Amino acid sequence: MRYLSMSVLLSCVLATGSVTAQQIEIGVQIPQLDAAEYHRPYVAAWVEDGERDVVANLLVWYQQERKGAPANADRGTKWLPDLRQWWRRSGRGLTMPIDGVSSATRAVGEYQVSFMPGKGAMPALAAGEYTLRVEAAREEGGRELLEIPFAWPPAVATTLTVTGNSELGTFSLTVKP
Amino acid sequence: MKTRYLVAMVPALLLPVSALAHNTWLQPSKTVLSTGQWVTFDGGASTQPFVKDHAPLRLDALVITAPDGTPVHAQNVTVGKLRSSFDLELDQEGTYKIAVVMQGMMATWEEDEQRKRWPGRGEIFTPEGFAKAVPTDAQNLRVSEMIRRLETYVTAGQPNDAALKPSGKGLELIPVTAFNDLYSDEPATFQLLLDGKPAADLTVEIIADGIRYRDAVDPIELKTDADGRFTVTWPRPGLYWVNASLQDEHATAPATARSTSYTGVFEVLSP
Repeated sequence: MRYLSMSVLLSCVLATGSVTAQQIEIGVQIPQLDAAEYHRPYVAAWVEDGERDVVANLLVWYQQERKGAPANADRGTKWLPDLRQWWRRSGRGLTMPIDGVSSATRAVGEYQVSFMPGKGAMPALAAGEYTLRVEAAREEGGRELLEIPFAWPPAVATTLTVTGNSELGTFSLTVKP
Repeated sequence: MKTRYLVAMVPALLLPVSALAHNTWLQPSKTVLSTGQWVTFDGGASTQPFVKDHAPLRLDALVITAPDGTPVHAQNVTVGKLRSSFDLELDQEGTYKIAVVMQGMMATWEEDEQRKRWPGRGEIFTPEGFAKAVPTDAQNLRVSEMIRRLETYVTAGQPNDAALKPSGKGLELIPVTAFNDLYSDEPATFQLLLDGKPAADLTVEIIADGIRYRDAVDPIELKTDADGRFTVTWPRPGLYWVNASLQDEHATAPATARSTSYTGVFEVLSP
């Protein structure tokens, strides 16, 4: 909800402003699953260019350091390679945590996150064809990878949606010129 | 006594040569990890790679090279009946090489119509020992050199190749595609070297894990090109045993014949 209201607020500001700001908004749904032992999934979303090079990491949700955890406890970074594609394309070369990108795992629900290329943790995007990917991996569960190809900058505001089969529900991308 | 002796001997004599030549393998628990994790390895010798039904891998010649090129020690080394095992902590970022390199020389000759060999089990070849043990007029003397390399690789974080520099002795493999960047939907290319130079036109045999659960071994046979390179299309994710061997006369004196082999174990992930 926090994210939703923030993005709505942001959209209003942008709509009333005289200067138009390009925006990317993604919607990630973590579905309710019937599991005997449920752990929140690790989720990563990123943007790749036509060469499959990662041009922007949008979010990485993984288990944070627990206060008071025993010294020999597994750290949350141990399972990051289970996000196989993200690990290969980007994660293995990064030092966690990433400011403005990584945060704690999320409960079942729908999450909207907005980005303005060139602002904050999101780098500017050169004009071209891109692919937005989201990957989820869950302890005692499976792993799923979804993708949405898009062109940047968009001519008109567009929303694209795909739906996962297992670890992810609806995944959406809204691009605004 | 005599009959029992015969019963014991006959099956051994009837064994085909291939069954006597056991394949060695290393089996890493994972190959793509983040820094600070542990990996455990099993090693064995058996007719079929990864099937634990014959003998543990001898670890006397185990050498682990860290991503910065320095040697690291294996921990919790145990030798069981059917496999040996050890653990490795990945405290550096990059690619580790886990290698068992068997090097040696062997002399065989005939003396009073009896076949002799030196060094025997547990003995080590030295030029002085050779001069002492082998008569100068030995009949049908054959001295052969052996370099057998068994390797696997694991990576913490970003792969690198500082640990993968070839030694320039015998058969070795170097990456064109990174050793821990293998996916079932992408062909991978590697280069075989013989004494540091491309090993052209050599047969490479590749066997997937899980032989016990299929009707045939189904090896993939490839040939290296003029550059010593070969390209594999992995049929599915899993562990793969990659082997090449050859015999030639490029031996170190007093050997006149040499056999050398390379065996590598690779993990292929699903995309």
